Order: sequence, then structure tokens, then C-alpha cells
Amino acid sequence: MSSATEQLKKFKTFSPKKLPLEEPLAPGHRACQGCGEVLALRQVMKALGNEVIVVSATGCMEIISSAYPQSAWRVPWLHVAFENAAAVASGVESAYKVMVRKGKIPKKKVTFLAIAGDGGTADIGLQSLSGALERGHDFIYVCLDNEAYMNTGIQRSSSTPYGAMTTTSPPGKKSIGQHTWKKNMAAIAAAHDIPYVATASPAYYVDLMNKVKKASLIEGPAYLHIFSPCPTGWRCAPHDSIQTARLVVQTRIFPLYEVIEGRWKLSRKISKPKPVSKYLKLQQRFRHLTEKDIAFIQARVDKEYEELLARCGLQEGKEVPGKIGT
Amino acid sequence: MAKRIGIEVSLAVSEAVKLADVDVIAAYPITPQTHIVEHLSELVADGELDAEFIPVESEHSAMSTCCGSAAAGARTFTATSSQGLALMLEICYIAPALRLPIVMAVANRSLSAPISIWNDHSDLMASRDTGWIQTVAENGQEAFDLILHAFRVAEDHRVLLPVIVNMDGFTLTHVIEPIEILSQEEVARYLPPYSARMRLDTAKPVTMGPVGVPEVYTEAKKAQDEALKAARPVILEAWEEFGKHFGRYYKPVETYCTEGAETLLITMGSIGETAMSAVDAMRSQGKKVGLVRLRLWRPFPFTEFLEAVKGVKYLAVVDRALGLNGAGGPLATEIKAALYDEEERPYIWNYVAGLAGRDVTVENFVEMADGVEAAAADNLKSDYTIINVRE
Amino acid sequence: MVSWKELELGCTIVEPGSSSKLKTGDWRSQRPVTDYEKCVKCGMCYIFCPDMVYKPNKMGFFQADYYYCKGCGICARECPAEAITMVEEKV
Repeated sequence: MSSATEQLKKFKTFSPKKLPLEEPLAPGHRACQGCGEVLALRQVMKALGNEVIVVSATGCMEIISSAYPQSAWRVPWLHVAFENAAAVASGVESAYKVMVRKGKIPKKKVTFLAIAGDGGTADIGLQSLSGALERGHDFIYVCLDNEAYMNTGIQRSSSTPYGAMTTTSPPGKKSIGQHTWKKNMAAIAAAHDIPYVATASPAYYVDLMNKVKKASLIEGPAYLHIFSPCPTGWRCAPHDSIQTARLVVQTRIFPLYEVIEGRWKLSRKISKPKPVSKYLKLQQRFRHLTEKDIAFIQARVDKEYEELLARCGLQEGKEVPGKIGT
Repeated sequence: MAKRIGIEVSLAVSEAVKLADVDVIAAYPITPQTHIVEHLSELVADGELDAEFIPVESEHSAMSTCCGSAAAGARTFTATSSQGLALMLEICYIAPALRLPIVMAVANRSLSAPISIWNDHSDLMASRDTGWIQTVAENGQEAFDLILHAFRVAEDHRVLLPVIVNMDGFTLTHVIEPIEILSQEEVARYLPPYSARMRLDTAKPVTMGPVGVPEVYTEAKKAQDEALKAARPVILEAWEEFGKHFGRYYKPVETYCTEGAETLLITMGSIGETAMSAVDAMRSQGKKVGLVRLRLWRPFPFTEFLEAVKGVKYLAVVDRALGLNGAGGPLATEIKAALYDEEERPYIWNYVAGLAGRDVTVENFVEMADGVEAAAADNLKSDYTIINVRE
Repeated sequence: MVSWKELELGCTIVEPGSSSKLKTGDWRSQRPVTDYEKCVKCGMCYIFCPDMVYKPNKMGFFQADYYYCKGCGICARECPAEAITMVEEKV
């Protein structure tokens, strides 16, 4: 197997002026108004085209795209359960590999894509994801992170950010709301030493689509963590989804980066970050936070960004080894 | 040509899977299933079987991976046991609903707690209504034969349902028996290559596993139920064909010394062989005792079962699991339900025996056959007894 | 809806993209209207629409298909030329 860097030589960036016109995900889906998750999924599918087989975990994207008798999928799609998208995709990918080898089906380039929300990834699906990444299946796993269990009515997940109000992390006299820090899924995926990990936001659509394309070119597992605004769950205006997806990057709360064969690379350096309050104030899930709470979040975001810069070897001109734990 | 060799039953099962030229195996180790998948991984490692062996991180993922593989159109196998089967149960319900013809060997073992690695039918009973076709092997040759039968039935376009082949853990899986291993040519004549009726293919995109809105869920389940019932004649046909090819004929319900019998023992699995010895012993003493062994468990062979027990006075139903519903064992509950509509019903006593590897001896079977008659004579209300339990 | 006998194997949906029959435009209370005098053909409305409402025409302008538009207003918010305005939907 040639290295990821070698495989990426074939990579051609998408041009904002010449985006592919095909929509492997059809309109008429039942996502909420202004859904940032379905928009991210649409961009993922545009980047991949039609030679793709999709395995979906249970979740918002599954129910809005497949309510019988209507399907929004123009490509083959399979849903089995909530926690096992990575395991099901392992089976599809392996079946293709062996059937091509045995001459049972013609050889052609097919991409295998598993999609799940943050609950299906960081909580209930973490084990099956870890197993599939470790085994090295040639597939892309996309986590569409809307930071809570939206499909069941906005319950907290391990991906819900600190301070956020959800129906199971309500702020009260003795609680700030979600009192744990968001689980760093991309770093967990990177710790599996897979060839490609990236974070993306639909506000930066060329970057997102480029990363999806790279993930499909690289042999072996690829993990993409995509920030997916949820106006319904975050209590923000549907028209603000892109603003939110942009501000989360501009405030350094959700930095965009890639980890290619263990080398961390910042996609977009935010030299003059906006204050986190600008992002938080757009969403009513944070409206109970005090100035002190916001200052706490700002400090933690600053610290994490410094750590990320260090991983990317960008801190004070020092070359720092990219892998976690080294 | 077939070869008769002394071989551990687990390995014979693996050989059957190899002869089926399976494409994908996804499995997780659990005692006493391990020898089956260990041997399969060796066959793949040695290039004797061209398959993807996927060492998944749990049984839940094993069944999930099998669903993906079967949906992609590959011939797919897994094996498990006990807690492993319990962990994969969520997905065991989904595989038949999606009509995915996976074949699974289950080395039957007790369920925790207390944790026990030994054989009984607790796991088999936990999975009984998941929608899989289920057969139960009594000896090593059957285990080998039933695997080939399972692929043929599962993949038949009139069926397209997954099949479990149950075999008692240790008492069957770990013993060495003389088994006739068929040749590749012989198997090829019996088992055609698998061609999926519907699969994940970019040339013809389908949406598998959509949301079953209330307007369609009932119809979907009805269709699945009818598919399971419609599998019955295909199961019988596949056994008939097996007999024609290889001379070993199998039936959903086997009878032994039932002619003129007043009392019948009912068993499932490997204890049937001990029960036969007990029947021989009782018959030699002039007792009118016979035996009925169930080979097909799902769909339940109502017709054949009712035929087999017709006219007898007493049934001693031997359960290898406790139902924990206050009414004894699941097999007896099922059999009582099967007999409900009969005008003349036998008197039934249920014996729960052989939990977690405890021996069920010839003497125990004699005790059961005598016990049901004694209970009837005493006009006791039909109930159950746990055999060999210390007071 | 079909009878159980007519269901495809495993309740599979065999018509790709059949959701495109669903008129999600019914959900809308406001509609986006583009002023083509101001439009700079940048395509932001196209790529940021969660409902695949916009398509380029031969002139390179992006036109809305109201059959699907749920009226979220992202296009109006993101249009750099401020060419799109949200207007009340008439009943």
C-alpha cells in the first residue's frame, strides 16, 4: 500500500465555481428548516458522487431520509441499527473485497461511507467505530455532530458542549447545564493511527468537500468529524445555521484541521479569534450562562487551541511531534 | 468422494463452512464456540478458504458486520454462544426482517448469572422468537450436515431468511466423532452458488432498512411472518434432497420406539442419544415408552409434532432451560400450546434437566418416564420438576 | 399504501430518490425572492441550501424551486450581495 501522501497526489481540489451538480441525496427529505446536519450531509454526498454505498446509523439523518415509501437516497443505502454503522460498513466493505477477488462481481471503485450522529459515534457507537478503525477497513466514517440526541428530543451526549442546556442537562439551582467538556472524538479517532482524520464545518464547504474527497482517495479508514448546527435543538434561528457553523470556527471553539498519517495540520489558522460569547449568544441553549461561565469557556478554548497548535508544530516555531502521547 | 474421519465436531462444522465456500466470516471468541472460528481462521490463513475473516470486537458487531456483508450479496457465516448470542440479540431481530440469509452456528450454553460456560439451552430459548429458522443437531454428523442444509435453505429465493444451527456446547462441539466429510464436488451438487435477489449495488440503488411508519410496519411484519411459514416446505425439500444425494434423511421431528407407546419423552439436542438408551432399557423391561426428538425448532413443526404424539397418554417434556416465568421450561410451554386444540390431549409433566452441563443420565430419563405416569395416577395438576436439584 | 404481499423484500425501497415527490414547500411561511439585478451568481444560496432548492440556469443565475423550499432563510442571510429577501407566503 502506498502512503496516504502518495495517494493524495491524485487529489484535485474542488472549485467553488465548478461544484458537482449531482445530488446523491435527493430533495424532499424531512429535515427541519435550516438543518445544518442535512446540509453537511448534502455537501459530503456531492463530494463523493454516485459510486458510493452508504451505511447509516439510526438518527436524524436516517429518519428524515428514509420514511417508507419515500427515500432521499439515490445511492445504495443500508440502515441496521443505532450503534453499529461502522460494523455494518465493515461487512459491506469486506464483502465487496472478497466478491471482487473471487470474480463474483466486477471490479470498480466504490466508496464505503458510514454516517452517524454524535450519540451514535461518541457514545453508543464508540466501540464498533473503534473496532472498525483498528481493523483497517477501507471506508469513510462521518460523524455529523449536532451535539446532542436531537432525534429523541434533545438529550445530552458526551459531545454536548460545556454549559449547554439539553432536556437531560437542564440548568438549575445546582447545575450549569452540561457540566462536562465535549469529548474530543477526532483526537480519539486519530489515536487509532488511521491514515486520515479531519474536522470540517459546512460553512467552509470547499474545505469540507476537499476533505471528503481526500478521505475517499486514501486507502484505509478515514474519520471526519463535521460540525452540524441544529436550530431546533440549539434554539437558534434556522437562518443562522451557517453563521453558527462559521462562528464556531472563527472563535476557535471548533478548529478545522487534518491528521494525515499522524501528522497534525491546521486547515485554517485563526489569528484574530472572535470572542466565544459571539458564538454562544446566537443560541438559546447557552442563554443562562453568566459572564463568569463564558470566561471559563473562553479560557478552556484558548488552552485547547494552544495545544492544537502544538500538535500541529506551530507553537513558538517549535517542531512538536504530531501524535498524541508521543 | 466423501471421507469418514475421526474429527472434533467444531472442526467438522468449520469444514462444512469451508465446503460451502463462504465469503465472509465475522466472529468474536466465546467458549464453547471458539474452536469453530479458530479453525476457520486457520483455513483462511492457509489459503484453503478464500474468505474475509473479520475478527470483530464484539458479538454485536459480529452480527452487524454479517448484516452488512449479506446485504452486499456475500455468503456469510458467524458462530457464537450464550452471552455472545444475548449481546447480538438486538441485531438478530433485524437480520431476518431485512431478509438477510446469514448462517450462524450456536454452541449452546447457559446464560449468566451465575456465569457458566457449560451447556444447556438458555441461549437457544432467548433467541427463539427472533425470526430465524432454527435447527438443532443431535450428533456431529448432523451438525456438519445441518450447516450445508442451512445455507441451502437460507439462500433459496423462496426463503431468504437467516438460519441458526444449534449444537450443544462441549457435549457436542468438543467431542471427537467419526464424521463423513463430503467432497467439494458433492457439496457443489447440493448447494448452488449464492446469488442475492437484492443487494447493495451502485448500478441499482436500493434503500434497505427504511423507517417503518405506522402505515407499513404491520404489513412488513406480516410479510416476514409469512416468509417464515413459507420456509417450511423448502426446509423439508432441502432435507429430502440431502437424503437423495448423500443417503442421510432428516425430518423435522424424529421418533424412536413410538409404536404402541403410552409415554413419550420429548427432547432436543444431544441428550436424545442418552434418551434412546433409556428407552431401550425401559422397552426391554416391557414399559411402553418411546421418544420424540425435535430437529426443527423454528418454524415450529406443529403438524409433524402432533402426528408424532398422536394417541399417547403421557408426555415427559425435557427442557434444558428454565423459563423463569413460574411455569417451568419454554419447550413445555410451547408444546402445551401446540396441543391446545387437540381433542385428546396427553397428560404432560415438564422436567427441567441438564442445566449448565449437569449430566442427564439414563436413570434420569427412566425417572421422568415413571414420574409422568405416577403424577397422572395421583391426579396432580400438570406442573414441572427440576431434576437432580439438591433440596 | 401497499398490501403486505406487494412489499419488496425486507420492506426495501427500490425507487432511488423517491422523496423528491414530497412537497416540503408546504412547510414554508416565508419565501426567498432573488433580485437578479443584485445577484452576483456566486452560488452561496445554492451550496448553503439544506433542501437543494437552488439550481443554476443557462445564464448562470440561481433559481429557486419552491416545491422544496421550507423557507429557512439561510440563502437570504448568506447572500453576500443581499439580493435575496424573505417575503411572507400568501395563503
